[in-house]
Amino acid sequence: MSVTVKIPTQLRAATGGEAALEVEGNTVGEVLDAVFDAHNGLKDRITQDGDLRRFVNVYVSGEDIRFQQGLETSINDGDEVTILPAVAGG
Amino acid sequence: MSVESLKCKECGTSYELDASYVCENCFGPLEVAYDFSGLDAAEVKRRIQAGSQGIWRYRDFLPFEGRASDPLEPGFTPLLKADRLAERLGVGAEIWIKNDAANPTHSFKDRVVAVAVAKAKELGFETVACASTGNLANAVAAHAAAAGLDSYVFVPANLEEQKLLATGVYGTNLVGVRGNYDDVNRLCTQLAETHPWAFVNVNLRPYYAEGSKTLAYETVEQLGWKLPDRVVSPIASGSLFTKLGRGFQEWLDIGLVEGVQPVFNGAQAEGCSPVATAFAEGWEVCKPQRPETIAKSLAIGDPADGPYAVEQARRTGGGVDSVTDQEIREGIKLLAETTGIFTETAGGVTVGVLRKLAERGELADGERVVVYITGEGLKTLDATRDTFQMHEIDPALESFEAEFPQEVAV
Repeated sequence: MSVTVKIPTQLRAATGGEAALEVEGNTVGEVLDAVFDAHNGLKDRITQDGDLRRFVNVYVSGEDIRFQQGLETSINDGDEVTILPAVAGG
Repeated sequence: MSVESLKCKECGTSYELDASYVCENCFGPLEVAYDFSGLDAAEVKRRIQAGSQGIWRYRDFLPFEGRASDPLEPGFTPLLKADRLAERLGVGAEIWIKNDAANPTHSFKDRVVAVAVAKAKELGFETVACASTGNLANAVAAHAAAAGLDSYVFVPANLEEQKLLATGVYGTNLVGVRGNYDDVNRLCTQLAETHPWAFVNVNLRPYYAEGSKTLAYETVEQLGWKLPDRVVSPIASGSLFTKLGRGFQEWLDIGLVEGVQPVFNGAQAEGCSPVATAFAEGWEVCKPQRPETIAKSLAIGDPADGPYAVEQARRTGGGVDSVTDQEIREGIKLLAETTGIFTETAGGVTVGVLRKLAERGELADGERVVVYITGEGLKTLDATRDTFQMHEIDPALESFEAEFPQEVAV
């Protein structure tokens, strides 16, 4: 499954300025692994011990993955994966 | 001057004092860091007492190097001793109500917005914006109008009518988003990347949050430069709750007050209780929820400062409780009937939790408890509808006496 991953401003230093990446994957976990393969510096910034850090939110087509199956959430054709900081609001 | 940098709360990396809120290394939240080592407590105290009758009297503890401009200064709201409330609750504790509805737009949000809008002007922004559950919308629209800035205010479209009307009147761009607050918040986080706007609770959040500390400072000053033994505060994002703690700690550190941190009790609505749940379950993170409660101003299912709020409740020997919608309505009524203060649903949540603490016997005799009432009852009128009956009569003595036979004049 080919999917677009939106990269937030704060992480673009690690993607050479790219705001969106095209990668392959069937689950959110696979998609993120593909992103980390392409841009090595991203992994440590948003994961710790194999899990997402606690201030990182990931959405599949606007839906928070914590309301779905987390990193196991499956990806459908045309989905967009968005990584955003969790520290806004209130 | 004491303001130094922005600093990541998770990994400690320092950043310039500009419009950013996320650590690029670990995605943690940025917070304003100060150097208070040059401050003399007696001199600071004199400066505070000679200052304005509002939040700017605490300028030594706010994130500005020079004078911040603010035409609509909030703060110095009443702190009232609520003996009749204590009596109704059957406790020997001293109960104090900090009525923060007595601010320019009738909620504590004026404090944070005053700081954020002053910072937006200092940084050269021409437009301010926010993601809001209502009170923040009122405050951003008003303070932007007063400061002569454009504003965009994003709220869930199904908000209370009173909060929509009290926002639109200021001439803002009011945007009702078809979704809940967490959807609005996500949208604003994305908009903040592409628009050159000062989102008060996104890219200006480190400064904005500092405004809540002034509630702690005022409490200390109004108690005669003493700390409360316990505070009861509502929790939505957890920012107010944690900044109260930071405010008390700063004054302890520089010697403006003596003692120890109060016990912190947080209050949530059962229909949106991610922080109370994390506290009860012993979790370090909050599992997001889909809010379903009449306390819309607290309806944040994914609270940004949730982990810190849980940690603060644990560290001070306090807790985080939740109450049902019915208990919220009863809390509003209890406060109104015993203090003459009409609060919105968030205040009903806070008083509801105070009542729970009293019923569980957690409030000790003589203990000084400060209860934070953060918003105004006129903004959530539906919560009081049908909780009492009006007597309708003709304009005639007989009609009155027929309705109130026990009051017939002899």
